[in-house]
Amino acid sequence: MSDANETSQAPKKPAGRRKFELDPALAAYKGVWVFIEHERGKVHTVSWELLGEGRKLADKLGVELAGVVLGTPGDMSRSFCAEAFRHGADLCYLMEDELLKDYRNEPFTKGLTDLVNRYQPEILLLGATTQGRDLAGSVATTLQTGLTADCTELAIDPENRSLAATRPTFGGSLLCTIVTLNYRPQMATVRPRVMAMPERDESRSGRIVEHPLGIVEASIITKVLEFIPDNLQDKPQLAFADIIVAGGRGLKKPENFHLIWELAKVLGAEVGATRPLVQDGWVEADRQVGQSGKTVRPKLYIAAGISGAVQHRVGMEASDVIIAINSDPNAPIFDFATYGIVGNAMTILPALTEAFRQHLATAKLAG
Amino acid sequence: MHIVVCIKQVPDSAQIRVHPVTNTIMRQGVPAIVNPYDLYSLEEALRLKDKYGGRVTVLSMGPPQAEAALRKAISFGADDAILVTDRVFAGSDTLATSYALASAIRQIQKDMPVDMVFAGKQTIDGDTAQVGPGIAKRLDMQLLTYVSSIPALDMENREITVERRAEGGVQVLRTKLPCLVTVLEGNNEMRFATMANMFRAARYPLKVWDKDGAGIEDITKTGLKGSPTIVSKVFAPTAKTVKAEIIDTESNQPKDLAVTLLAKMFTQHPQLQREIGKSAN
Repeated sequence: MSDANETSQAPKKPAGRRKFELDPALAAYKGVWVFIEHERGKVHTVSWELLGEGRKLADKLGVELAGVVLGTPGDMSRSFCAEAFRHGADLCYLMEDELLKDYRNEPFTKGLTDLVNRYQPEILLLGATTQGRDLAGSVATTLQTGLTADCTELAIDPENRSLAATRPTFGGSLLCTIVTLNYRPQMATVRPRVMAMPERDESRSGRIVEHPLGIVEASIITKVLEFIPDNLQDKPQLAFADIIVAGGRGLKKPENFHLIWELAKVLGAEVGATRPLVQDGWVEADRQVGQSGKTVRPKLYIAAGISGAVQHRVGMEASDVIIAINSDPNAPIFDFATYGIVGNAMTILPALTEAFRQHLATAKLAG
Repeated sequence: MHIVVCIKQVPDSAQIRVHPVTNTIMRQGVPAIVNPYDLYSLEEALRLKDKYGGRVTVLSMGPPQAEAALRKAISFGADDAILVTDRVFAGSDTLATSYALASAIRQIQKDMPVDMVFAGKQTIDGDTAQVGPGIAKRLDMQLLTYVSSIPALDMENREITVERRAEGGVQVLRTKLPCLVTVLEGNNEMRFATMANMFRAARYPLKVWDKDGAGIEDITKTGLKGSPTIVSKVFAPTAKTVKAEIIDTESNQPKDLAVTLLAKMFTQHPQLQREIGKSAN
């Protein structure tokens, strides 16, 4: 994505649907790859989500879908490959080396870059995580190719078979579609939970292509001294929450945010907020829902005093049911919510809390 | 010790509005600020300077107006400021931006060796988080992203120890200088500008470099030409064809609205009954 163009002197002209011929050397690049990210023996779920999306792209292009696993020699790396097959991969490129025990930029950049140069994929997808973003930027610079960050939609342009990657722009007020025409591979990152988790198919398997890393520890400058795992109890877990109650600027004052907490408590829900509230310190950053915060896919999302700007919308529109409370009947959130109540969040929220409490009490009596 | 901090002037995205009819960006009156993530990096660099001595140079690429962002950085305590500005840079994507900035840092090195480069974790307008890693790669520096703290810096052995946010935990890394660091938000707060530094910022003779000043060797690697990614279209999200069902009651009292909503929702989405019962228990 253009990082400097917004403040540059001349506005960038949209390229439109201009005709172009792909350089013959680049036409040899075939196949869709997904980098399988793992840490402490666990694959990040974003990798499976990307395989689901990669499957669609590969089918559209009529090419194979591959997982890329860089890890230590042994059963664990092999099991990651097996799991990648079950999530849609046709094959896996496997690079096994003791040096790949912990994620480090240098050996992983070398490994992934070597694989790309040797096996030439046309599309390479990575999770927009602290690991994927660290790696993607380095690999794209080494390969001198285009990288589109934090995509919310991936498609194949039927005219030229190129990857059309859509992402929010201008602070999340608009969307833009970005293409990488005469460079390969076309790289993109996608944030966790943006894409749906594909069905796992136990019967699927695939082939493994092995490739050596070919460097020694002495040549790697950065050393991992320690890994301190997070205490998960301390952190809000919005990404996988089934119910989320979120508040925005419409709550007017920080003192009113307790109304969100009260409803969440009754529902056993997680609490979310928009970016301005986090920036103003009403709630901690881990609760921010939206393009620069968390992407969520709950079964129920209650948005109170949230206008529904693109920046927030892309983080929560995959929710099954969305209830929107806003005093402005023209607020964009009503364009994509399931149910809307036009009114003052400060009076609607307590009423909703009470209605849910009564519903639950009745259900308990009946059940 | 010499640290270069890369900063960017960005529109305050919280204040960007889209025209409701034409769906175009209304840029008028949107204030320009220093990318908030860059301030965490600048503060961390200034703290290292306070502790170990040395110099902090701030570097920015952008239009001439970006001068304001650099003066702001001087007012916080940076020693030098360089603005890289040239029409050839217009339309640069992250690859072309990292090319230009890396080239400028090489020019800075000619006057005084650079031990560390600090960059924001990401910008609030592009949000890509790619320029930092790109600069590190081009300058062959060790890359340390999402750093939450710097527990040790040993200038004699040129070694740095950092805590880095990883997925599911914190990595403690030790590496050699030179390195490029991006700093995680929320672990420090930008200091207040002192009166003396504010005066200094106002009078500071900013260095302004065009493409030659920045030592650009290959002009085809800058601007639109040097950018592999192309914006093919910009658009407003389409409204769903089915809009929200607005809950309406005769009284429109909060209580009636809430009860009506629940009744409707549980009829149309019976699975939510189970879900809510489950979570609430």
